[in-house]
Amino acid sequence: MIPITHYLILSAMLFAIGVTGVIISRNLIIMFMSIEVMLNAANLAIIAFSRSLNLMDGHVFVFLVMAVAAAEAAVGLAIIINLFRNRESINADTFSLMKR
Amino acid sequence: MDIRSAAIDFGLLTPHLVIAVAAMAILLLGNMVRNRGLMTVLSVGAMAVGMIYGVMQWAAPQSGFYGMVAIDNFSVFFSIIFISTGIMAILMSRDYLVAKNIDSHEYNVLIMFATVGMMLMASSTDLLVIFLGLEIMSVPLYVMAGMARRDNFSGESGIKYFIIGAFASGFLVYGIALIYGATGTTDLRRILADFTFLKMQSEMLLYSGAIMVLAAFSFKVAVVPFHMWVPDVYEGAPTPVTGYFSVGPKAAGFAALFRIFVFGFGQFSDLTMVFWILAVLTMTVGNILAIFQNNIKRMLAYSSIAHAGYVMVALTTGGQGAVSSAVYYLAAYMFFNLGAFAIITMIDCRTGSNNQIDGIKGLSGRHPYLASVLTLFMFALAGFPPTAGFMGKFFIFSEAIKNGYVWLTVIAILNSLISVYYYLRVVVAAFFMKSDKDFLPVTYRPAMFIVLLITVAGTLVLGVIPQIWVELARLSMFSIF
Repeated sequence: MIPITHYLILSAMLFAIGVTGVIISRNLIIMFMSIEVMLNAANLAIIAFSRSLNLMDGHVFVFLVMAVAAAEAAVGLAIIINLFRNRESINADTFSLMKR
Repeated sequence: MDIRSAAIDFGLLTPHLVIAVAAMAILLLGNMVRNRGLMTVLSVGAMAVGMIYGVMQWAAPQSGFYGMVAIDNFSVFFSIIFISTGIMAILMSRDYLVAKNIDSHEYNVLIMFATVGMMLMASSTDLLVIFLGLEIMSVPLYVMAGMARRDNFSGESGIKYFIIGAFASGFLVYGIALIYGATGTTDLRRILADFTFLKMQSEMLLYSGAIMVLAAFSFKVAVVPFHMWVPDVYEGAPTPVTGYFSVGPKAAGFAALFRIFVFGFGQFSDLTMVFWILAVLTMTVGNILAIFQNNIKRMLAYSSIAHAGYVMVALTTGGQGAVSSAVYYLAAYMFFNLGAFAIITMIDCRTGSNNQIDGIKGLSGRHPYLASVLTLFMFALAGFPPTAGFMGKFFIFSEAIKNGYVWLTVIAILNSLISVYYYLRVVVAAFFMKSDKDFLPVTYRPAMFIVLLITVAGTLVLGVIPQIWVELARLSMFSIF
């Protein structure tokens, strides 16, 4: 059996990739994808813990997180599409009307 | 089928369910009935019914859903704050939405859903439910920030709030995952029960989890290293929405922070140091940056950061006395901050307004009463007696001194002195500055008039006769887990 540390390291790496993606990427869709990677990294950690502790509630938690991620995706994509209609761009650097 | 059982008792969540179900009904009904005014009345009515059910739960602490929901005086007190904020936000948005041509019945529904999320956040001791409540609150708020679809500022505000909010949620889930790994449960009460054992066994995991949860909530309540989004989001969002943002989500975030950190992980003594630093940074940065703002919404955004700093002082102090003073402060802050935003909304309803502080020059000549009410709110924000702002700060600072945080209190008081400068700038502009062109008149409407009446009454009553309210805030700590 694969020990839990492996899963945790993988999940930590995924989380770090997600955070880096949000910080360095300038494309809104990629930033959004990176956030999903962060959430799924957390899901992986929960499942790994849940399995190693022999508890079931972690599985339920993961389903809730997935449902929340879906709701966020619906709203986030709608906002991005609306922005694209107005400005014809999804580059984060173009959205700096309020920087003076 | 009988759905009532000892563990799953939906009666426990009556206030939440009333508002959630009414919101869904209004969402459907609004597609058929064109009368927006009627929809607003229905929303406010449903919220009021929810509030009555909420009040009925006072002094009857109970817990259900396998310990996931805890209804106690703390949650009831916060629910009342959230529902009143929601009602006032709906009322003060009416004319603005019509004036800016973004009127839709979904707006009220979004406020109702966000209110349910906030109430859920305050009435749970389970990290999982707190997370769910946070998301139920946040998702409608993202939409509300971008409500004015054709306005580029609003769209920008929406996307910024969304990216930052979702980013913070990622941290929150990961933090909860680590805490779950360390303890095998997400229930704060069970974590607390064998805290010493758990801490000994897996301190690293528990620590990093707690820090990540703290970071996530710091984003939500705008504590300083995590505050960069606040000015832009507050400036770009429609004005009444900004008012709602600066009160509701902030109070909800602090409710969760108090549950998790004062009553939960309070035994991590090192975290007090972290809170101390965060409190000082938040107050100082918020107040100093507010001085340089010319846009009134942006100025109030920084001011709301500074106010989060004062509440962080209470969080640093810890203990029931400090938390009850913070609860009192958040209730008082609701009145005077929403009041200030109500007036700014009224001014912003006129065509061609740009929310600059210069834009309120000559307000007193045209509307002397409105100018005096604005002055009252600015004095309350700055913390002058006899307003609620003074009493709130007084209780927080006296609790901090009682517990030996003298330096923290000194820094906090110095900060309130700095804040007087930029609040008075608004008053000076309203009263003593002459504008080169005439001040366009502002129209009073009944909905807005009610909001002003409530906020003025609240600001004065909480400041002049604080005893009853302090007693209520103290009682809200009754039988907290």
